[in-house]
Amino acid sequence: MKRFLLSAALFLCSTGLFAQSINESQVNGSFQIDGQYYKVDEAIGITEESIDGKKFGLNGFGKINYSLGNFTAGLRYEAYLPQMSGFDTRLQGCGIANYYASYDNGTISVTIGDIYDQFGNGFIFRTYEEWALGFDNSLRGMRVIYRPAAGVTLKGVYGKQRFFWNSYGATEKRGIVRGIDGEWDLNQSFNAMNDTKFRASLGGSFVSKYQKNTNTTYNIPENVGAFDGRINLGYGRFAFTTEYAYKINDPSAFNNYTYNEGQAILSSLSYSQKGFGVILQVKRVDNMSFKSDYQGVKNDLDINFIPPINYTHTHSLPAIYSYATQPLGEMAMQLQVNYTIPKNTIIGGKYGTKLTLDFSQVNDIKRNYIIAEGQGQPTHIAGHNGTLGYTSPFFAVGDRKFFHDFNIELERRLNKKWKLIAQYINLYYDMETIENHPGAEVVKANIGFVDVSYRITSKQSIRFELQHLWDNINKNNTTEASTVGHEDVYKKRGNWAAALVEYSIAPKWFVSVADKYNYGNPIADNRDHYYTASVGYIKESTRITLTGGRQSEGMVCVGGVCRVVPASSGVSISITTSF
Amino acid sequence: MKKTLVLLFLSVLFLGAKAQSDLPNVTLKNLDGETINITELNNDGKPFVMTFWATWCGPCVKEHNALSEVYQDWQDETGVKIFAVSIDDSRSTPRIKPFVEGKGWEFDVLLDVNKDLARAMNVSNPPHTFLFDGNGKMVHQHAGYFEGAEDELYEEILKLVK
Repeated sequence: MKRFLLSAALFLCSTGLFAQSINESQVNGSFQIDGQYYKVDEAIGITEESIDGKKFGLNGFGKINYSLGNFTAGLRYEAYLPQMSGFDTRLQGCGIANYYASYDNGTISVTIGDIYDQFGNGFIFRTYEEWALGFDNSLRGMRVIYRPAAGVTLKGVYGKQRFFWNSYGATEKRGIVRGIDGEWDLNQSFNAMNDTKFRASLGGSFVSKYQKNTNTTYNIPENVGAFDGRINLGYGRFAFTTEYAYKINDPSAFNNYTYNEGQAILSSLSYSQKGFGVILQVKRVDNMSFKSDYQGVKNDLDINFIPPINYTHTHSLPAIYSYATQPLGEMAMQLQVNYTIPKNTIIGGKYGTKLTLDFSQVNDIKRNYIIAEGQGQPTHIAGHNGTLGYTSPFFAVGDRKFFHDFNIELERRLNKKWKLIAQYINLYYDMETIENHPGAEVVKANIGFVDVSYRITSKQSIRFELQHLWDNINKNNTTEASTVGHEDVYKKRGNWAAALVEYSIAPKWFVSVADKYNYGNPIADNRDHYYTASVGYIKESTRITLTGGRQSEGMVCVGGVCRVVPASSGVSISITTSF
Repeated sequence: MKKTLVLLFLSVLFLGAKAQSDLPNVTLKNLDGETINITELNNDGKPFVMTFWATWCGPCVKEHNALSEVYQDWQDETGVKIFAVSIDDSRSTPRIKPFVEGKGWEFDVLLDVNKDLARAMNVSNPPHTFLFDGNGKMVHQHAGYFEGAEDELYEEILKLVK
């Protein structure tokens, strides 16, 4: 830290512009404080023990950026005193979590410190930060970007990733990550192409991690390399993109120490014109977990990011069953159509009607397990440890379905005062795989959703949200006996009803009350209400929200913004501001 | 020693520095894959709006639908331009173009795939809207969206073109 500040100060002075330009320099920053007072609420599983004397939770950050011409520097202070419920306990603590200094003159850009970047879709490299989730895998080190000619970008990164508050020191706990990436936009290089309807760009990258092998059982490769290539083509209203990544054998705790290589491919084809857009995406992922610690579990020290290709639901009921990519393997597809029925037509009405149709499905890849004599079927999806795991034909779709989501959404302004959004969703959710709950039944649910808003005056409006979720479990399984020992998998099962009323005075004030009721839960004790009341004030970039009641885990959108919240009961306050 | 250094460093830098109102030095792509340096954004001396949004953010979609309804009128009356910066990550990047076109939006869309611009402009949660004057100085911003908030934004735009 000391060395960094000194060198940054020296660098500033040495530019010679320091004295003259200090008045040209600019400062900006932001703060966020989320605090919560917890209350025991045994009905939803919040007990004296689970609170553990920590009646308050506080997550806060303050960041400041300084810029002077081509030079910028900044730091972010974070505090989790202690972390709010639902956040990783390893976050507890406070300190300067992130700092950087960077120089960018358009042709060359150098950054030292903590880096957020991604290559392509992030298949082999992506560092990012998601405050609402408490996730940060930034790379502490150095990045150089070189743009030698129009349309050409070359990048190099080198460093170690953040892992909560752990020291960046010891090599064996966390590997070194280094990567290079090149991107070439042909249209920016060849002006003649711009007279045609044709667009093309290419990209490729190589990322390698080094970690000392401390494992005495397995021979773990100390250097693991991954390659990535991508093409984007466009012709008029059509666009085609594809990206392929390959990773050499990378036995880890995550893949049960199997020695398979990894692969991922994502292709999409789209057509768009004003009022109509359609896209088809297909994806195959096979053993693509890539971490800078081979002992990492869950999301620990992920170097890469495999995007899920599903509709992201933000309303509380469909968000209960959100899909997450299975890095160990999946075959996925998505088709989405967006269409605006023109205004002043019989079906479109006076203002036009917006329709969205979306279908996505995810299955496992086909796995022919490698089983030595005397071994049974593997219990781990990646196969027997210490082997190649399985073979998998590239184009074969596995029998096991993980997820599907069919939904149709309609949005229409009825007149000057009334606006309506309605959605129907059909979900298939393999809870056993997605939530890692052995023995959990598949969720097959239908969800209906209506959002109606009425503009009282030019500034005041009132909004109603009604949702209902029909769960198949009521029909097949209501016996108390079958739930013994599996209580946790029934926590959110069964039918749900939810309602919300929000009154707002644009652009500054809002008040809302909401309730979610799991009235159809197979276990009578779980038939809980999750009621909340919120009031908020927004002025320019400052937002203050006060919420009381019970929060179930999930994505919540109130007060004009969306964020992910954990389950809790009590009173919470959130303050965000920037300058 | 460490603390003194930090304080010294910060106080030297921030004395005389003013709050940021300029566009940050960040390079993004547009829907055609062209790279665009944000410091070069302009609207030929007329004001412009920069909105942060995402395909998965309900209030953002509402805001942009509302802006879309009035955009033509606003342009005719003030010449204002809207740059809609999507903070969708690679989960939804390829879907943005058909999404925007399908909704009939006519904004200039920029892709902030790894939130570089959102970080530089201190956007915590979408939607977040900024208004810049004809010289590219930020003059107004607002977080969140409620029905009718676009009217306040338009009042601010009108102040700039008078």
